[in-house]
Amino acid sequence: MRNMKTPLHRVRGLGSAHSGTGHFWHERVTSVALIPLTLWFAWAMLGLINASPVAAIGFLAHPWNALLMMGFIVVTLYHVKLGMQVIIDDYVHTPGAKIALLLLVRFAVILTGAVSLFALLGIVSL
Amino acid sequence: MADNPQEQVQPTRPLSPHLTIYHWAPTMIVSITHRATGVALSVGMLALAAWLVAISNGPDAYQAFYDLAASPPGLVVLFGFAWALAFHFLNGIRHLVWDVGYGFEKETARMSALLVIGLSLLIAAGIFALVWSGRAGYLA
Repeated sequence: MRNMKTPLHRVRGLGSAHSGTGHFWHERVTSVALIPLTLWFAWAMLGLINASPVAAIGFLAHPWNALLMMGFIVVTLYHVKLGMQVIIDDYVHTPGAKIALLLLVRFAVILTGAVSLFALLGIVSL
Repeated sequence: MADNPQEQVQPTRPLSPHLTIYHWAPTMIVSITHRATGVALSVGMLALAAWLVAISNGPDAYQAFYDLAASPPGLVVLFGFAWALAFHFLNGIRHLVWDVGYGFEKETARMSALLVIGLSLLIAAGIFALVWSGRAGYLA
């Protein structure tokens, strides 16, 4: 028998890692999305230097700004998760430490996102 | 140590040259800096979260955040984030150009690496000038 793979397994194109180019592709897609989002973010942050809380609230409560900030936070944190995963995969070779760090990154990213978006919702409704 | 097989074979079988033996090239510097800035900017997302929480928690919390951010160490960290973001942004675009198949030639990769270093420093200097001259804060 030359090939033990089932036709379904072959057509899915997934090797022993059980995942294809998903990670690579998501990293690129978030990178492309982050080009305009980062330009907006840099413009917003530079503009809000020395801002009074009232001015910062006024800016962030504007629907477009709130949406862009949400987009920036969510896409960036997903990009962070993907990027940190690559670094951990490359440099951490102890299985226990690797799994612990990968879990830590996931939890930290979700917690940071939840806190940021919750605060942003609070600002919008102030 | 008998339980470390590498220790035993080292005298007779040399290891292949590793990172430390190579002369540093711009491409190597930019490659590792892309990772380092990525990690730094990940931590920066915590600062962004703290800023949003401070705003939503009212004037006192905002003032506390502001005092920390406007302190000398705070300003150094924030300026570091600004440069890191410029660097990661520019080198990210360099990576995307590679992904569509351009710029892999040795000289091109070297020149684009130097371009990323130069442009990121230029942008950082521009941001510094903008803030220093009081031209930032246009939304405040």
